[in-house]
Parts: sequence; structure tokens; C-alpha cells
Amino acid sequence: MARAVTTQHKTIATAAAWIVALLIFFPILYTIITSFKSEQEAIQGFALIPSGTIESYSEVQAQSGYFKFFLNSVLLSVGSTILALLVAIPAAWSMAFSPTKRTKDILMWMLSTKMMPAVAVLFPIYLIFRDSGLLDSRAGLMVMLMLINLPIVVWMLYTYFREIPGEILEAARMDGASLWNEIVYVLTPMAVPGIASTMLLNIILAWNEAFWTIRLTTTEAAPLTAFISSFSSPQGLFWAKLSAASTLAIAPILIMGWFSQKQLVRGLTFGAVK
Amino acid sequence: MATQQTRSLARFMMAPSVVLLFVWMIVPLVITIWFSFQQYNPLNPIRDGFVGFSNYALFYSNPAFLQSILNTLVLVGSVLLITVIGGIALALLIDQPMWGQGIVRILVISPFFVMPPVAALVWKNMIMHPQYGVFADIARFFGMQPIDWFGQHPMLAIIIIVAWQWLPFATLILLTALQSLDGEQKEAAEMDGAGFVSRFIYLTLPHMSRAITVVILIQTIFLLSVYAEILVTTNGGPGYASTNLPFLVYQKALLEFKIGQASAGGVIAVILANIVAFFAMRAVGKNLDK
Repeated sequence: MARAVTTQHKTIATAAAWIVALLIFFPILYTIITSFKSEQEAIQGFALIPSGTIESYSEVQAQSGYFKFFLNSVLLSVGSTILALLVAIPAAWSMAFSPTKRTKDILMWMLSTKMMPAVAVLFPIYLIFRDSGLLDSRAGLMVMLMLINLPIVVWMLYTYFREIPGEILEAARMDGASLWNEIVYVLTPMAVPGIASTMLLNIILAWNEAFWTIRLTTTEAAPLTAFISSFSSPQGLFWAKLSAASTLAIAPILIMGWFSQKQLVRGLTFGAVK
Repeated sequence: MATQQTRSLARFMMAPSVVLLFVWMIVPLVITIWFSFQQYNPLNPIRDGFVGFSNYALFYSNPAFLQSILNTLVLVGSVLLITVIGGIALALLIDQPMWGQGIVRILVISPFFVMPPVAALVWKNMIMHPQYGVFADIARFFGMQPIDWFGQHPMLAIIIIVAWQWLPFATLILLTALQSLDGEQKEAAEMDGAGFVSRFIYLTLPHMSRAITVVILIQTIFLLSVYAEILVTTNGGPGYASTNLPFLVYQKALLEFKIGQASAGGVIAVILANIVAFFAMRAVGKNLDK
């Protein structure tokens, strides 16, 4: 009897969860569907089965040239992430293993720099970029994205490193491990999962950053956020083309996110869940 | 106890992050404050010069100013409310035993990966468009007049879009917290005859409190500076109905080239952000010490 109740419970939970999940996913799904319609079909009203044409994709490609934007997005998000990790790993490391009374305050202060609204400092940053010739350069934008995400990277790494028990290090030292061996055989294996999921989240944040990447670029360094905003003007009222461009802009990061969601979610909790 | 040597090593390791962030914070801020006391218009430089507090007075007397602050707070508050309550409900639902939980998780997290301009464009044109949007199709199906979302309810429309973007984040953090709850504790509570509601209030909710604080803190940081969603959908309008503080500053600086006034607005935005941050940080700091 109890078993029957469980199955019934499971069926109801499954149905409810799937309905809600599909509703949440629907805007993305419908965009992908519409991208395979012709412009004519796209405005004919609600329909879930597209004719399967890819003409919108070839038009978008002919009009804007997807791959340059795509390449810039990859370079900017991966480059800024590597920079941020290089700066943040030592800091998070020392905070986790030799914390002082002020460690928590420093962390909070770092996070508070993210509270500064970007628009508030747009003009000074614009001037600095212009005067040092960094406008529309990948290097400048990379540093910018690194600075924006640095507080979150430090914080995430700190929460991971803090969970590495200090006793293990002592034990290794007692067994006569050199500092080098300690780092290679004991610390690295324990730190890698944390660094990996920090890296994933940071790539996603950098990929989707849509203020500086649009304001500080024109053509050379423009990533996919700039690519998609060129479709937001009134002349862009072509539903199928807009859908194709949107799908192209989000597909790479969506697929990456799907494959890495387990590590990602663990990192997203910022140490709030042990 | 840390020795003198390890302590200076620790300082050395922390220096790059601290120095970079300090420079990144202080240099633009000082320039912004400087400009906030200047008349500066790149298009009309004749009257440029020091003007004292008049930029602040002008920005303050702008009819859009109080509205924009109100809109900022309404946006942050409503999205937090929707995502935290919705996130708890969704997390409780997904935590039930079911078929295909992995796929449900993937579907639910997806909006988090969508860049803000795409989210705004898709909602504006595919979903909420008064003529071709899915909502309009549904309304017509039931024989009702389609709603002009961005004309009649601009703030509500933006709140819906932003909440859609952040609900996945809240849900997944809260779900992870829920799943780390000790099964034995739950069973013990059930044995003791605790119903679903009292189990939720006395066991689940306290267990999730840390996760809820993190959700609120991280989201507040991002919600205070919502910009792309407004730019793409309503452009702040109609009138100033959906202008938040960052967007007002953007309008002054990039559309009207009133750099002085925009800088004054920027300084006000920083102050507002710090007030909100102060309360958020205090709550989180307390909770993270546990």
C-alpha cells in the first residue's frame, strides 16, 4: 500500500516539476524553434513545429559575420578568467590558510567594490581607455572584465580552499614531504575542483557581461553581446532572424553550462552550503 | 599561531588583488566626484568650469530623480521577493523523488546562461509583443485584448524579465542547500509527528538561511545595476516610468552629454548602493560567521 502511495506521489511530483521546468525554459525553446522558421511563418501566430529552414542563419551570418564576435567572446571570457585566477589564487590561498582578524573584512570590502554601479564610473573609465588607446582593444577589455569579476573569484576560491583541512598539510610535512611535493601531490589535487568550478562560473559571467563589452568596443574587440545589440534596433523586427542571432549568441555558453552544471552549482553556493 | 614570516608572505600574496581592486575602486570614483562639481559638456565646452553643488541640485530637481530611485528599489525588492519565494517553492518541488530530475535541473538553470540583451530581446519580441508575442496569442485564443506590456505595465514587464533571469540562480542554490539537509533529522522529525508545515518552519527554513542570505547578497549586487534589460525593452519609458538610477545616469551622460550632472547622479548611485550594501553585508557577515 505504502508503495502505491509513493508511486503516486512520484508521478504527481514529476508532472508538476516538468511543467514548471518547461515553462521556465519555454522562452529559450521558442526562440530556438522560431530560428528555424521563415520570416513569414514566424509572425503567423503560435506554432511549435518549424519548417526547418536555415535561411535566417545564413542571413544573419551574411549581415553580421558571427565568427569574429564569437572568437572575441571566447578570447575575452577565457582570457579575463585566467588573469583573474592568477591574481586571485594567491590571495584566496593566504586568506584561507593564514587568516587574520581582518580577513573577513577584506573579503567583504572586495565584494563591496562590485556594488559600485558601472554607469557611475563609465565616463572616467571611458576617458582612461581613450587616453591610453585601449578603446576597442581586447587587452583593455580583458583587464576590465578581470577587475569586475575578481571579487567573486577571490570569494569562491576562498570558500573552496577553506575546506582543505590544514592537518593534511601537517601530516605530509611530518612524513618528510618537501614544499614542492606538498604542493604537487597534496594541495593541487584538492584545489583543482574548486578552481575548475570558479573558472566555469567566471567564464559565464564574463561571456554575459553586457555593459562594458558594449560601451568600450566598436568593431575590433566586439564580442557577442555587441553582436546581439546590433539586432535590437527597430529595423530588427524580423522575428526569425532575431531568433537565429539570439540562438547563436547563447548556444556556446548554454551547452557549456549544461555539461558542467553539477560543478557549477556547487561553486555558486559561495560556501553557503557545506 | 602565524609567525612573522608567514604573515608577511600572506600579505605579499594578497597584495595584487587588494591593490588592483583599490585602484579600480578609487581612481574612477575620484574622477567622477571631480566631474560632479564641474560643468562639462563635450559638445558645448564654452561654459565648462567649476560649479559647486549645482549639478547635484539639478540632478535632484530632475522630476525623474525620485522616480528613478523608487524604481531602483522596487525592481530590487520585487525581484528578490519573487526569486526567493519562488526559488524555495521550486527547490522543494524539484527535491521530491521524480523521474528525469537531471533534465529538470538543466531546464531550470538554463535562463541563468542567457546574456541580458538576449533575454530582453526574446521577452520583448517573442513573448510580450502586443501583436506577435506568445502572450498576445494566448490572449486572443481566450478572446481577450492582448496587453501592451511595455506601454501599460513597463515596470512589471521588466520585473518579470529580470526575475526570470535570476530565478534559476536562487532555485539551484536553495536546492543544493535543501539536499544537504540531513535525511535522519527529517525522518526523526517525521517520526515525532511533525507535519510538512512545521518541518518546513522549524527544520528546513533555518537550515536554508545561509543559502538565502547568499542569494540575497549576490542578487542585490547585480540587481542594483540592471541596465541592458531596460535599454532594450522600454528605454526607460514611457516617460520615466521604468527608469532606474543607472539608466538615468546613462541618459544624462550618453544621450544629453551632461557629464557633470551624470557624475553627480553617479555619486548618488554609489551612495545608494553603499546604503543597500551596508545592510546586506551586515546580514551576510553575521550569517557567514556561524
